Amino acid sequence: MAKSQARVRVPKSAGKGEVVEIKTLISHEMESGQRKDKDGNPIPRKIINRFVCTMNGEEVFSADLEPAISANPYLSFYVKVEAPAELAFAWHDDDGSVYEAGETIAVA
Amino acid sequence: MRETSTMQQSALSGITRRRFVVTVAAGSAAAAALAMLPIDPVAAQEGPKTLDEAIKAAIGDRQPADGAGVISLDVPQIAENGNTVPLSVAVDSPMTAEDYVRTVHLFADGNPRPGVIAFNFTPRSGRAEAATRMRLARTQNVVALAELSDGRVLMTQAEVKVTIGGCGG
Amino acid sequence: MRRIGIVLAAAGLISVAGAGVAYTDSIDWGTYQVGDKRSGYTYAQPETRAMQDDDFENPGFLLMDQAATLWETPDGAAGKACVGCHGDVESLAGVGATYPVYFEPWGKMMTVEQRINQCRTEGMKADPWKWESDEMLGMTALVKHQSRGMPVNVSIDGPAKPFYEKGEAFYYERRGQLDLACANCHMDNAGLQLRANTLSQGMPNGFPTYRLKWQKVGSLHRRLRGCNDQVRAEPYERGSDEYVNLELFIMHRANGLPVETPAVRN
Repeated sequence: MAKSQARVRVPKSAGKGEVVEIKTLISHEMESGQRKDKDGNPIPRKIINRFVCTMNGEEVFSADLEPAISANPYLSFYVKVEAPAELAFAWHDDDGSVYEAGETIAVA
Repeated sequence: MRETSTMQQSALSGITRRRFVVTVAAGSAAAAALAMLPIDPVAAQEGPKTLDEAIKAAIGDRQPADGAGVISLDVPQIAENGNTVPLSVAVDSPMTAEDYVRTVHLFADGNPRPGVIAFNFTPRSGRAEAATRMRLARTQNVVALAELSDGRVLMTQAEVKVTIGGCGG
Repeated sequence: MRRIGIVLAAAGLISVAGAGVAYTDSIDWGTYQVGDKRSGYTYAQPETRAMQDDDFENPGFLLMDQAATLWETPDGAAGKACVGCHGDVESLAGVGATYPVYFEPWGKMMTVEQRINQCRTEGMKADPWKWESDEMLGMTALVKHQSRGMPVNVSIDGPAKPFYEKGEAFYYERRGQLDLACANCHMDNAGLQLRANTLSQGMPNGFPTYRLKWQKVGSLHRRLRGCNDQVRAEPYERGSDEYVNLELFIMHRANGLPVETPAVRN
């Protein structure tokens, strides 16, 4: 499939200072580089190797992924909301592609 | 080349259905740019082969202290399938600018390469807790190393038994 | 079934007092159990069930997200999209729960995948999708998902009857070097351990299913091929009459269990 499909779950709003959970999921085969094709040739590694979440432009959480992460990588983590937040999510592919998504959290 | 696709998140308790946009900067342009970089893709992908090497690469010569009671590493005792093993880790920390967890490195000592993932936190994370799903080639130990903002390192581990199924179909 | 027990025990494959037996039998499985019928959900480990319980954490939804876009995208020489004829995909609530159905022009049974390709080639003048393509898996899952929670309700009356009987015969027929019929595992020995797996009743109410082993969504016929391969029998093709008729038999066997598409299974 040509496109990677991403999903992000973020609460619509949070209290000031509240720590909220973020969940993300993206479709990706996470080819480990350890497998061989039918002719016995190694299948080259192709994984999402890095994920970054920024809040209002500042990095709040990131992850460095290895081939041991399952296909369709799932990540959950937390952010502390002090002000209305613009969240940006980026998944970096071995092939240089970057898949991006965005969300906002209002402060109640 | 930029492609745009819309997607939808599912409606779940307390969260309304909203749409947002994914931008994909993909394809030939990016691949061509990558090809021009002076990186040997095979060498770049070869990480440490043993757990000791991986720990050294992550924290140098620092000696990890026992993290039991501070790090909670949540993995199933028995995994139904080694392809998708849930993993959750939390470190007890105030997560202030003065005192926070910088990174939690996770390793699996029985995989072809021990590296699994590194979670990098900031004081803005609010909580040093994250979860993912990993591949385990066989029954083995999962090791968590927490690097704190003051330079200290804590370590804990847990064993996961990976079952060999009968229904390979 | 004495013979199967002997065969599997001799191979060291089966254990009667497996760990999976005791804990599952005392649990109230809610809608996942109807009388003696138990969904594969009830045989899965807690971590696997948790992946299905939260739609967000279920990777099967990624393909359906993509299919929802395809639903609205015109394709083929006729310039039509699914939405043009069917409206919102929600209009198909209940439909997926009744498949396979008898299709008069073919004089035989039709699965959801075949229905989709019939729409594509006849209505849209588009190329058919391959059975195990992401497009077909996503669209089949999206259609069946509209019936999630509704009971499987497959009819075997009238013209469907002879096809049901063929599927039934297949189900009880021993095959392969291990000389096992579907019924030997999924009827006679469900709940017992086959090495580290608990044998389920083989209920197909969650297909297309996200399987941990596959690390992706797969079709029921892919699973049937896996089963046949596992008993060292030559698998049939996806969409073959043999598997379509077998699907009719096992879907009817699951009548009353809820549609779970996209389920998450080992």
